[in-house]
Amino acid sequence: MTAGNPTLPRRAAPAPDRTWMLVLIFLVTSALLLVSHNNDLLGNLGGLGTVLHNPIVEAVVVSLFLANVLFAYLWRAAPWAKALVGLGSLLLVLPWAGQEDTSLLDLSIQIMIFAALALGLNIVVGLAGLLDLGYVAFFAVGAYTWGIFASPRFSEVLRYYGQNPGATNAGTLALGLFLTAVTAASMIAIRRRVARPTRASTWSFALASLGLVVGLILTGRALLVLNAFRAQGLATGLDANFFWLFLALSVLAAAVVGVLIGLPVLRLKGDYLAIITLGLGEVIRVLANNLGLYTAGSQGITPIKSAAVPWFDRLAGALGFQPDQYYLLFLYVVVLVMIALILTVNIRLDRSRIGRAWIAIRDDEVAAQAMGVPLVQTKLIAFATGASFAGAMGMIFAAKQTFISPESFNLFQSIGVLSMVILGGMGSFPGVILGAAVVTLLNLRILPGLGEATANIPWIPQQVNPGQLQRLVFGVILVASMLLRPEGLLPNRRRTLELHQDEDQEDDSVLGHGPALTAAGGSDVYSPGLAPEKEDERAGGVQ
Amino acid sequence: MDLATLLPFIVNVIVGGLVLGFVYAIIALGYTMVYGVLQLINFAHSEVFVTGAIVGYEVFRVLAPNPMNGYLKLLLALLAAMTVSGVLNVLIERLAYRPLRNAPRLVPLITAIGVSLILQDVLRVIEGFQGRFDLTYILPESFGTRFCAAQSSCAALGNVLRTIGIDLQVKDVILIVVALLSLGGLNYLVNRTRLGKAIRAVAQDRVTAGLMGIDADRMISMTFLIGGALGGISGVLFGLKVGTVNAYSGFDPGIVAFTAAVLGGIGSIPGAVLGGLVLGVIQNLIGVTNIFGQILGSANLQAIDASYQRIGAFLVLVLILIFKPTGLLGKSNVEKV
Repeated sequence: MTAGNPTLPRRAAPAPDRTWMLVLIFLVTSALLLVSHNNDLLGNLGGLGTVLHNPIVEAVVVSLFLANVLFAYLWRAAPWAKALVGLGSLLLVLPWAGQEDTSLLDLSIQIMIFAALALGLNIVVGLAGLLDLGYVAFFAVGAYTWGIFASPRFSEVLRYYGQNPGATNAGTLALGLFLTAVTAASMIAIRRRVARPTRASTWSFALASLGLVVGLILTGRALLVLNAFRAQGLATGLDANFFWLFLALSVLAAAVVGVLIGLPVLRLKGDYLAIITLGLGEVIRVLANNLGLYTAGSQGITPIKSAAVPWFDRLAGALGFQPDQYYLLFLYVVVLVMIALILTVNIRLDRSRIGRAWIAIRDDEVAAQAMGVPLVQTKLIAFATGASFAGAMGMIFAAKQTFISPESFNLFQSIGVLSMVILGGMGSFPGVILGAAVVTLLNLRILPGLGEATANIPWIPQQVNPGQLQRLVFGVILVASMLLRPEGLLPNRRRTLELHQDEDQEDDSVLGHGPALTAAGGSDVYSPGLAPEKEDERAGGVQ
Repeated sequence: MDLATLLPFIVNVIVGGLVLGFVYAIIALGYTMVYGVLQLINFAHSEVFVTGAIVGYEVFRVLAPNPMNGYLKLLLALLAAMTVSGVLNVLIERLAYRPLRNAPRLVPLITAIGVSLILQDVLRVIEGFQGRFDLTYILPESFGTRFCAAQSSCAALGNVLRTIGIDLQVKDVILIVVALLSLGGLNYLVNRTRLGKAIRAVAQDRVTAGLMGIDADRMISMTFLIGGALGGISGVLFGLKVGTVNAYSGFDPGIVAFTAAVLGGIGSIPGAVLGGLVLGVIQNLIGVTNIFGQILGSANLQAIDASYQRIGAFLVLVLILIFKPTGLLGKSNVEKV
């Protein structure tokens, strides 16, 4: 995928109108995509068909096609052409091609899931400047929220509680509800009553929140025990119509976890925050690995349901999709809508009071505080917002894969999302989406395609088959892109200014010093006696 | 289980934890030195350390048929690992971090992650060409025997140790000695020599140090050289302790060691050592929590398995950082506006 001309975002003069070029490219790449993913047609094309079926060519075609949307965003063109290309590619051509090759739909959903994750992390890292290395934990929370309830796991959990009821259920439920109500009320009361936190109020607040957690656990447990007799009826999990309720719930759950993780650690700065979030991300993964009753441990949960939307299924059937493709097409549309929603929320937030507060905190925490920005509250909002996007996407991911296991939520995923944000350009929404698309395409299509294409070439040993070298290639791309374009592919304009402000100084310090001292110091650098020698020389020169 | 059998057991767990802790401590030093000078989490350090471990493995493998003294083999392995890891670390700095000296801090962090990914695959490919993946250390036999078992000169010491209930292998003692020697060496280098003084000056204020005639870039290279050499030592020690390494086995100890560096107060050398020791002991304690289950007579606690070790490390870190946000020995820096 082309990054575009480096001068584009900063240009002064209007760029030439490229309406016709855009439409032309759109038509050509669409045709290529449709042809190259239609097996019947390829079979009839003979030699050309074999070329188009080559995994590398396929990956290139997909990339070129997706680049359309990027061009529609970047180039100056008539609005109708932009709309045609954007909407046409995403709503018409992609599903059409996906009808023949489901993996294309799968790939696009994956790209959009990562784009949404990157947009969420962009709020935390790019806008608020909080380095979060455990972002995938929130993704996991969303995925498990739906995964546990919409799979056979749920009846296992109910059965377990039916066999181990613990205390009397109605009594536990009453106690739990009472405790929840009382502690919640007292938390609110403390917040209202005490204008400036004292030691006593802080402790009683902490005690009340502990009570709230206990109350919620008791209530939840009692509810599970009381519903244990339904275990038989729920052999495949909850009804698929609960999807929408759980979409809200997983957003909420991820946001709550975000606040819970954020509360104790937000006093920390920079790298302390990074390592703590990394640790808490790992904690969630290890919990998922070990809470066998709820998460089935490393085996993972499967099958997970998707939503039941009969009218959409009828529509998909009318459009010629196979029944086993309905859910993918449905999720594709859902993700598309979610992305639009998240992007809107992001843009609105960015221009709001909160967004400016985030940027102020990122640029100078002390100054922001001095200007009256409430630090903890603002940071928590950033954490919770970023987390809630991840929660929603986690749930869609679970529904798409129909299978989740702790391995989908390891540190490598967190780092992957972070690299999307930074590769695309921190703080810039289109950049972040582009970064997500590039990295996902690279990991899921281009590198595997390269590996597949070169697997049978005899002079390439198995060990250095590009399919095996995904980490290496990904690493090289990360390093190269940081060295060549540290501000990202589609940088945020402000950030570019910051980065290029002191470029001349950098050159001085890097190039100016080295040779002079080598000449003066010779090979003696290791010896302790060198430093004064240099100093004397310097001092002598000045005097 | 009664106290008479329990006490030696716990002592052994703690001693074992300390041995492991020394490995973490030296890895953590690699992180903390780089962090002290560049304020960069050098994610590639875990791969530098694995490189040392693999070089050490190769030396032991090549020398295995040679009837040479075991300690000499170890010395050669250590030297080779130090050289390779040190040079590698300097190269990484040259190519991946130096061009980004003035970029925002997240940018070199991403290149560090990139370098670490590159190195993982490079190491795997290099070993893969020989058809190897999991490298099992071929150590001299004497390393596996019990410390002070036979030699008459230290039989008395061995008796004392056994009375207290400490059971050490020769390799554990070697590990502690090498670790202490390198810690002492580093301490001397940083606190007593001109070079150390210059490095500390650069760490404190790069620009002002430059005005004083210190070549900051060269000092940063030296820091990476020293950090890499320490990484090489810790790699060999890790191989000695754990026995098997592969190209990807740097991740876990790397994370724990970085946690240790943060726990002790990142940028502080004694802090890194303290953090490493604390985490080593905690991990070992959590690893054998079964024993507490037996004491308490509860079967539930037996469910705790090794994967909780890392959680334990992180929870301790969270707790300590909540009460002491700059780590155990970290200095709180007052921010001036």
